[in-house]
Amino acid sequence: MLTITETMTCAPEIFMLTMASLILVVDTFSNDPSRKLTYTLSQLTLILTAVLVIQLSPEQTVYAFGNSYINDGMATVLKTGVFTIGFFAFLYSHEHLKEHGWLKGEYFVLGLFAILGEMILISAYSLLTVYLGLELLSLSLYAMVAMHKKSTAASEAAMKYFVLGAMASGMLLYGMSMIYGVTGSLELATIATNIESDASNILLVFGLVFILVGIAFKLGAVPFHMWVPDVYQGSPTCVTLFIASAPKLAAFAMAIRLLVDGLHPLVSDWQGMLVILSLLSMALGNIVAISQTNIKRMLAYSAIAHIGFLLLGLLSGTPSGYAGSMFYVITYALMSMGAFAMVILLGRKDFEADKLEHFKGLAERSPWFAFIMLILMFSMAGVPPFLGFWAKWFVLKELVDAGFVWLAAAAVFFSIIGAYYYIRVIKLMYFDKADSMTALKASKQMRFALSINGLALLILGLMPGALLAICISVMTTAT
Amino acid sequence: MFTELPILSLLIWGPILGGIWVLYAGDRQEETVKTLALMISVVTFLLSILLYKNFDITTHEMQFVEFSYWIETFNINYYLGIDGIAMPLIILTTFMTVLVILAAWEVIEKRISQYLAAFLIMEGLMNGVFSSVDAILFYVFWEAMLIPMFLIIGIWGGPKRVYATIKFFLYTFLGSVFMLVAFLYLYSQSGTFNILELHNLSLDLGAQKLIFIAFFLAFAVKIPMWPVHTWLPDAHVEAPTGGSVILAAIMLKLGGYGFLRFSLPITPDASMYFDSAMIVLSLIAIVYIGFVALVQQDMKKLIAYSSISHMGFATLGFFVGFSIYAATGSTEGAVFALEGGMIQMVSHGFISGALFLCVGVMYERVHSREIKDYGGVVNTMPHFAAFMMLFAMANSGLPGTSGFVGEFVVILSSYQANFWIAFLAALTLILGAAYTLWMYKRVIFGDVANDNIAELKDINSREAFILSMLAIAVLIFGVYPGPLFDAMHPTLEHLFEHIMQSKVGL
Repeated sequence: MLTITETMTCAPEIFMLTMASLILVVDTFSNDPSRKLTYTLSQLTLILTAVLVIQLSPEQTVYAFGNSYINDGMATVLKTGVFTIGFFAFLYSHEHLKEHGWLKGEYFVLGLFAILGEMILISAYSLLTVYLGLELLSLSLYAMVAMHKKSTAASEAAMKYFVLGAMASGMLLYGMSMIYGVTGSLELATIATNIESDASNILLVFGLVFILVGIAFKLGAVPFHMWVPDVYQGSPTCVTLFIASAPKLAAFAMAIRLLVDGLHPLVSDWQGMLVILSLLSMALGNIVAISQTNIKRMLAYSAIAHIGFLLLGLLSGTPSGYAGSMFYVITYALMSMGAFAMVILLGRKDFEADKLEHFKGLAERSPWFAFIMLILMFSMAGVPPFLGFWAKWFVLKELVDAGFVWLAAAAVFFSIIGAYYYIRVIKLMYFDKADSMTALKASKQMRFALSINGLALLILGLMPGALLAICISVMTTAT
Repeated sequence: MFTELPILSLLIWGPILGGIWVLYAGDRQEETVKTLALMISVVTFLLSILLYKNFDITTHEMQFVEFSYWIETFNINYYLGIDGIAMPLIILTTFMTVLVILAAWEVIEKRISQYLAAFLIMEGLMNGVFSSVDAILFYVFWEAMLIPMFLIIGIWGGPKRVYATIKFFLYTFLGSVFMLVAFLYLYSQSGTFNILELHNLSLDLGAQKLIFIAFFLAFAVKIPMWPVHTWLPDAHVEAPTGGSVILAAIMLKLGGYGFLRFSLPITPDASMYFDSAMIVLSLIAIVYIGFVALVQQDMKKLIAYSSISHMGFATLGFFVGFSIYAATGSTEGAVFALEGGMIQMVSHGFISGALFLCVGVMYERVHSREIKDYGGVVNTMPHFAAFMMLFAMANSGLPGTSGFVGEFVVILSSYQANFWIAFLAALTLILGAAYTLWMYKRVIFGDVANDNIAELKDINSREAFILSMLAIAVLIFGVYPGPLFDAMHPTLEHLFEHIMQSKVGL
């Protein structure tokens, strides 16, 4: 029996679904080339859903639909993050698509469905709901990448993303089937208890490996990272921005649900695997990023390196370690969104400014935007007082507390390598002469949003206490 | 009357906010911006004088303490306080910043407001480093300081500025991140980032050694010690005059300060274990780098190498204490050596700053730093030559100047440890005189070398004011260093007593 309370647990999701469908219909009847109505409705949906999520956030963890759906503190925080990031992403994208004449209402509808997928993934508590959310998210993203039909690069990226993504989903399903075979349940909580009694079963480790491959693919960790640079580079920048920010939060949630909530008894097995994934990601991401000339590709490799860092918190295997990863993923999403927004801003009609050299002399052309980019880059490099430093700090602290001092030393070593390509961007902006002296054109909203985005990293970097406390409290009470 | 003021916070945030104000004012009205920046730095300097006036020289405890919670979840606090080793360095910082801003007056032509703002912000951050009593607060200031310096060298520097500044950034970043890991390890052992509590944390020797090495990476790069000094000549040569001055006068001191604040008291047993290695590295810096300085063609490079050599005295003074204690059994000699190291740091701040300013004065007129482009400057710039004479003498350690006091004290006390240490260290009196005075002779004396020199104009009143301020400082501390010794003595005495107690199995 479906009860009201159970339905209320996922009222935000239901609202989002309704609105997305409604917007799809409204959009068909719209002739407005700038899609004002569609855009406004989408943003409104995000705001209202955010309000719903916060209003309905339970004091204690709530389970629904036969324990296949969960609503807890982590879900509330991550969903709020997803909406905030989605709001900014839509704002940046609207400008970008309008400028390039690629604007279609479907972009926002697909975006909303992707966000719905993220919400489901964040709240999923059985293998089935995890898969449902994941596919809803992925399929929407594949379509978004391919939206710019005339671009061969985008089509190629979409194809690659789809084929590799489908393979990863297959792996994930295969792993899930093995886990199901051993434990006889799809619910994560039951799986965890059943594994306790049968922990030595070799099939479980097999299943774990395949599930981990699926997670690593979605996060983009080495050696399952091949799609990341191509998709980031090939997609229209606003789609890259969308892919590079909020889905990481969902993928993180998936990792927590599957590995921590479901497979925690196997922690000693997945810990070792994550060590390898993380080291490889940090090494490859940071080293290969140095040789990139395309900023989108560079940011893609930087994303891989950041994921490596994020995994460090997970592998520490403690609730506060997960909180560290959560803090990291939120910070990373904020930074990566800002960086791609800068790439959008540099572009003009029919011209994507995705080469590093396009940043040359930006400090003289537009000092304010150059300053924002400086904050973003130093923050990504992990230099205080910006927020990126605290993210690294938190993860490293948990790692050291868990006894992995050598791993922390390796991580900081790789982050020095990483610092090089971030400060190279600053070098281009501040030390090199510009080819043209025209200031960047930016609409008021774009200027405002980007300024908030950048300054948030500075202000939260000076006062990180509240955000740190939230992450700690939701993760330590939940698990 | 001023004791209730949160002076340390004002010294940190005043210049930072002032810098933002200067940035906001922009380049439109150049004169206003310059005056504004100068006012801010002068007010900051006057505030720091209050520190000295109200400083209690009878105690080693932290003074002017300010405390408020910052990140309560992790027990990270906004905890400020200074003792006898931080106070002189803060005053040095505020003093040099005033001069650097004055020195920029007619020299910097592009983006003047950003230039001045960068120095003001950096002043605040450096004061923050010296007054932090919380390790993470310290780290935040320590790293944030790299950002303005990175921009100063990169934007206003010489032809190879980009290479130099990236090298500077990565080198110092490399050292510092391992220090962060060490802090995190200490936190996992003790649950606190409070430096004073970390001083009393019990650690076994193995852990101490690793922590010492992590700290060493951070501080040895900064100070810099041989063999991790190679960023310094590049950064100095390419930095604008103001950047070189701050780099030499204050940034290098941060490394020495770090040794006194972290390495020695937190890992005393490891410091004792590694002390001979540290002494050897210091002696290599003093002697070998002295020879390297001798062959330099570029004046700024020569002064840069001379800085490394002089900072070798500071590290020698900090680490020779163990052997002195072992040889004599009294703490007095060891404390004297520590004091010598500190005096050397302060005095080197004045002297190296002054020499870089002198080179800056010539560079503005001739646009060359090569020694061979000069000769006979005394004929056209007699006043300048007189000032430079004083600073060159101070650099070679002439009695009566501050350069003599630090070196003499360190040599004297290391004699108690071992004759050969003192002998090798004393070689600097020959080497220092050789490279400094030889450069002085080639640049200043002789016939007028070329037309550029013939057309030189002597220093104007602004430059004369800057140089005479420094000259006064050099002479005062040379003749009467007493107040400086008094201020530092209780702190360093307590420090040495502290580090003589083993922390293994405490």
